[in-house]
Amino acid sequence: MRLLRPLRVSLLCAVFGLLGAPADVPAQSQDHQYSTADIEVGSRLYSRQCALCHGPSGDQVTGVNLRLGQFRRFLSDDELRGVITSGVPDAGMPGFRLPPAELDGLVAFIRAGFDVEGTAVRIGDAVEGRLVFEGIGGCTACHRVHGVGPTTAPDLSDIGAIRQPSALQRALLDPTGTMLPINRPIRIVTDDGRTIRGRRLNEDTYTVQVIAEGDRLISLDKADIREYELADTSPMPSVEGRLTGEEIAHLVAYLLSLRGR
Amino acid sequence: MKTIFRRALPLLALLSTAELHGQVSFERILAASAEPQSWLTYNGSYDSKRFSRLDQVTPANVHALEIKWMLQNQVFGAWQSSPLVVDGVMYLTQRPNDVMAVDPRTGRVFWLYRHTPSPDARVCCGANNRGLAMLGETLFMGTLDARLIAIDSRTGKALWNVEVGDVNEAYSITMAPLVVKDKVLVGVGGGEYGIRGFVSAYDAVTGEEEWRFHTIPGPGEPGHETWSGDDWMHGGAPVWITGSYDPELDLTYWGVGNPGPDWNPDQRPGDNLYSDAVIALDPDTGELRWHFQFTPNDGYDYDAVQVPVLADMEWEGEQRKLMLWANRNGFFYVLDRETGEFLLGEAFVRVNWASGLDENGRPIQTPQPEGMPTWPGNQGGTNWYPPSFSPRTELFYFSAWENYATIYEKEEVEYEPGQLFLGGGFDVVAPVPGAPTIGIGRRGPINNWTNEVGNGAVIALDPRTGEARWKFEQFDVSDSGILTTASDLLFTGGREGYFHALDARTGELLWRASLGGQIVMAPITYTVDGEQYISVISGHALVTFGLRD
Repeated sequence: MRLLRPLRVSLLCAVFGLLGAPADVPAQSQDHQYSTADIEVGSRLYSRQCALCHGPSGDQVTGVNLRLGQFRRFLSDDELRGVITSGVPDAGMPGFRLPPAELDGLVAFIRAGFDVEGTAVRIGDAVEGRLVFEGIGGCTACHRVHGVGPTTAPDLSDIGAIRQPSALQRALLDPTGTMLPINRPIRIVTDDGRTIRGRRLNEDTYTVQVIAEGDRLISLDKADIREYELADTSPMPSVEGRLTGEEIAHLVAYLLSLRGR
Repeated sequence: MKTIFRRALPLLALLSTAELHGQVSFERILAASAEPQSWLTYNGSYDSKRFSRLDQVTPANVHALEIKWMLQNQVFGAWQSSPLVVDGVMYLTQRPNDVMAVDPRTGRVFWLYRHTPSPDARVCCGANNRGLAMLGETLFMGTLDARLIAIDSRTGKALWNVEVGDVNEAYSITMAPLVVKDKVLVGVGGGEYGIRGFVSAYDAVTGEEEWRFHTIPGPGEPGHETWSGDDWMHGGAPVWITGSYDPELDLTYWGVGNPGPDWNPDQRPGDNLYSDAVIALDPDTGELRWHFQFTPNDGYDYDAVQVPVLADMEWEGEQRKLMLWANRNGFFYVLDRETGEFLLGEAFVRVNWASGLDENGRPIQTPQPEGMPTWPGNQGGTNWYPPSFSPRTELFYFSAWENYATIYEKEEVEYEPGQLFLGGGFDVVAPVPGAPTIGIGRRGPINNWTNEVGNGAVIALDPRTGEARWKFEQFDVSDSGILTTASDLLFTGGREGYFHALDARTGELLWRASLGGQIVMAPITYTVDGEQYISVISGHALVTFGLRD
């Protein structure tokens, strides 16, 4: 099992090595821009005060995904400050009486999608990025956007809403190292001799759900499976060496523009 | 009208019979395992084996279980409650501090009592409540705002309501109380808020406090030397899981939680007694008879809040009174419960915070370098999920988290009353940076964290060797407790929402039901009119099974 921290460090080195000094681009957010310093304050505070219940990815309380900005109801920044300060007693969330700078930092960290490194990612032009995506990048060979393209790889129609700039950049440079375990390509041979190749969507003790060749959603009982293989490496090639730093920046911009419909 | 009334007559006769039995005396709790039709305490009996003598449902007919009724709750969050069943009535709690009396044959509700906790209540890990205790005709519930409430089991009205701990200092109660003789014993949560933990006893009739045992010794008391300076005043050591009782020894046993701040042991040098220990207390006076500490100077949040399981077994040629304990720190222990003597300790999952245990059971600690993973991770090799021991198989069963690790960070933190007092943080080790991981409770129907961050297993241990006789692995981790029966069935659940029946001897899966919501309590069993029922809570539904007619 690879480890969180050492990997993060080595990837950052790779990113800076490739793209040179980070451009000073503010983190993307709905209606606010936050400084890296604010976000870092919030990040430290989050891991100490909030992660116990909300989880490191902010998604461990049902109906709430802090990283993606999903709450049980719409919250303005001020309302978010209010919730942090007063808590949600019915749900067992205590109030946190924080100094204003820390409260701002926490809101900044949440609004920046937990992306401390986000301000360091170079973001180009989305229109140019689409040309790269559909052209030299070769992305449409596997990815689908807004109902067009194959389902071999994850559908990217809302990837800009669920991934932060730095995560997108990392995924382009190191597809294997960033492939979420659930997305691993899968090969199954059933007891009756059928071979199913596809991508894993969900799994539990007794069953597995895949999207298989031919865009078929298939759910199998493990009791009926003879062979089960998950790939450790991503079939996606790295863009490193294939695309220029500028092209990668455009691609990131295009991916960020995909926010669902 | 007349006809209806006539039909009702035999029912009334039945009710008056039930009335005669409607008192849960101390003697009745002592003999709880002799009346398997009931479920009289959180763990079913004072020895906390969660073993039922019922045997109508067997390996041969378990496939014929069907849902008899469901009760849906209307509140948000994990439902960890363990019901009681007494003389044809089920009593259970739901978040945050509701109590219901339910017909255990149909699931229809007789009454609902609601206590609204103070808005100042604070708990680390959700507005949980795990259940009730009962004595006579009175139910007892601890609350999120650290009160103990006595409720009339007939009407659902409060009889008394007393403060156990100061809500403004983040004392809370999530455990089911334990009744011993004429007293109600209860411990407090707040180990993430710098409380000073304790167990207290209250007069069941008046609610008057009879004694209090602080789980952190004060100045002049033995064990105080394991703390430095003022650390003892806010060193945690909560008690948030129901204890056990041995009537022959007249001793109660309690698992004590983590020291505070959780993740910075450097800030509280010393062993930090009685954090992460089991304590044996006299039920009449609260006097400490013995203790055994599992994790001295803990930096990993390894609360020893497991249910003490009391079993009498032959041990090296001699009949002994044992205590069986799979600890959050990844080791399984056997202790002599008369004296607290350490008899055996074996790791049941990968452990690297200690290289082993010495001859007294003290861990040889091997803290990992900064940024490197510690096994088991923060939620532990197991946790508060009630285990089971079957006297028929002489195996000890519990839910374990395997291949699960976290990376800890520590920092100095200043104590502020009522505020979190953690001293650092942690990340669950995941194969990919930023990938979803497991935490407290499952958050949705898609398992996108996968077993690459840890998997669940029911482990059947032979207490004589500490070795697994069999294992039943699950893809996701499990917070479910275990029930075993005299027909050698084992019932358990997990976060995936499956309810499994296993062969307690072999671990073979005999039957399963997909209930769809996480199971974060231990199933119970009882009978009504001679029919065996099995109740389990999955997600927001209490589901009760019985054999097909």
